Amino acid sequence: MAVFSFREALNQAMTEEMERDDRVFLMGEEVAEYDGAYKVSQGMLKRFGPRRVIDTPISEEGFAGIGIGAAMVGLRPIVEFMTFSFSLVAIDQIVNNAANMRYMSGGQFAVPIVFRGSSGMAGSLGATHSHRLESWYAQVPGLQVVMPATPADAKGLLKTAIRSDDPVVFIEHEVLYHDRGEVPDGEHLVPFGKADVKRLGKDVTLITYSRALKYTLAAAEELAADGIDAEVIDLRSIRPLDIDTLVESVAKTHRAVIVEEDWPYCGLGAGISDRITQRVFDELDAPIRRVASLDAPIPYNRQLEASMLPTPPRIIEAVRDVMYL
Amino acid sequence: MAPVQTEAKPIVNKSQALVWLRQMMQIRRFEDRAEMLYQMGDKIGGFFHSYSGQEPVAVGSIGVLREDDYVITAYRDHGHSLALGMSPNAGMAELLGKVTGCAKGKGGSMHFFDVEKGMMGGHAIVGSHIPLAAGMAFASKYRGEDRVTICYMGDGAINQGGVHEALNMAAMWKLPVIYVVENNLYAMGTSLARSSATTDLKLRCAVPYGIPGVTINGNDIELMAKTTREAVNRARAGEGPSFIEAQTYRYKGHSISDPGKYRGRDELEKHIQKDPIVIYQNVLKERGWIDDETIEKMWEEVKAEIEASIEFAEKSENPPLEAVYEDITVAPFIPQE
Repeated sequence: MAVFSFREALNQAMTEEMERDDRVFLMGEEVAEYDGAYKVSQGMLKRFGPRRVIDTPISEEGFAGIGIGAAMVGLRPIVEFMTFSFSLVAIDQIVNNAANMRYMSGGQFAVPIVFRGSSGMAGSLGATHSHRLESWYAQVPGLQVVMPATPADAKGLLKTAIRSDDPVVFIEHEVLYHDRGEVPDGEHLVPFGKADVKRLGKDVTLITYSRALKYTLAAAEELAADGIDAEVIDLRSIRPLDIDTLVESVAKTHRAVIVEEDWPYCGLGAGISDRITQRVFDELDAPIRRVASLDAPIPYNRQLEASMLPTPPRIIEAVRDVMYL
Repeated sequence: MAPVQTEAKPIVNKSQALVWLRQMMQIRRFEDRAEMLYQMGDKIGGFFHSYSGQEPVAVGSIGVLREDDYVITAYRDHGHSLALGMSPNAGMAELLGKVTGCAKGKGGSMHFFDVEKGMMGGHAIVGSHIPLAAGMAFASKYRGEDRVTICYMGDGAINQGGVHEALNMAAMWKLPVIYVVENNLYAMGTSLARSSATTDLKLRCAVPYGIPGVTINGNDIELMAKTTREAVNRARAGEGPSFIEAQTYRYKGHSISDPGKYRGRDELEKHIQKDPIVIYQNVLKERGWIDDETIEKMWEEVKAEIEASIEFAEKSENPPLEAVYEDITVAPFIPQE
């Protein structure tokens, strides 16, 4: 297996899918001549030309809707948001049109579209540019929501997303773009709805996704030094959720901590905790704990922002709590 | 409104004109009977927006399209669906929420769809479908096809930001789309003069984007058809979008629950005196293409057709309860509960 960066993996996924299917095209702000605000689409204009790699004006609602309309008649757009924070301007299109179209039309239309882009607390970007909107989108029936944590999953999940006949919200983490990792050679597809057990353990289940996987794996190593054997699960797919893998793990460890960068109240972890509790309440030896961001807007100051993150000390504290240590 | 010009220059042959007259009658009767059913109580739920009074706009413009063109509109969508040839049975059954409806009872009055007829939906968030229309036109251009998209909206929609985003991109990319504003003077209860800095809609939606725009009497069916045809020809030739402000008038309130207190009785009466169906009947009589007897027969046929659609809808089944999870996604849907 060769090693690539997260952004190279995304680029490969889009390039390969555009090579195999003329219906696939990329549209968004600065994706073409600027080579991508985060260089994810580097070289794609040169390779595919302006028919298929399309710069848009700063009109998120407009170009999201244009993508949906094109998808309704059979094209397969990839719509890039420079960051998912800006998808708030387009949320009517994503929720009312992309997610509802098939249902409202009694199954007459499909909307095979991918909305993708960066997100998260990426370093002093302030409250408007640091949103984590996974729980907002994951609540909507009709959308699929995926969040890769590794270059291999970035490629495999994005290829699956582009081939999906349904709308996909594909949320990247801005801080991960430089990360490098092994990516399987040849055709590499990762199915939706399948979590990845990153570390086997028997004492506690740590459930996480996206950038927080790094914090969680680091915390698991520290815990191991203290003799606590944590199982770490990377969700990869937020909706549909691989509830079976979570339940299986909790039935083994009897304890769970959910690690997320989302806000705590009504956050993704709240929904996951509810589903685990419904399925295996009797298996739990302690209430499920959540390590989320703090319930405040995201601050500019580095120290304040760092305090919002689900870092290893906060994770370890939660683990010790569920283990009554 | 500009005076009716239809009489001067027929732009269609007799058989086409009679089809258009019959379609307008069908829409009027469909709306009148559906409204009666709505008022009976529990048969039709939700919001219901009548197209009565605006029939020439949909019939005249859709009448010059090709079968493979796309049509998309807002929530006042019954007329466009019927003008496309959708069966009144499917429409009435949808209003009654039945599984035989044009959206299997999942859409209702504001969300009529018929993919076979090119009816790309009634869309109920004001302005939200304007980018969708540009997207359909984008797909035509992307594929090198010459099919066009025609997109209807109300005068209220022009105040939504996404509309202008779409107009800008449609113009910049020369997309084959025709935007028709059905200006019935009121955005729900707010008159155009109270919601738009200028009441010349070309100045808001066409001129700033370099889009050819016209203001016409949309209730003059043949003028509507002629104007649309010119726009369609430009779109098919790769010359980009067009904008038509079609001045019209709705006879009913914004929806059934709206008594229309914001407009005078005199204003409504004045418009009903100029009923576009009566005017077209007279035009066709003067051309010698129809007589009173045939008109009467046509109305009787349309009435029978709409009564049959009510019977069809009443006899149809409700969707089964398990349908709540059907048609959410193409892939097997897994409820997250």
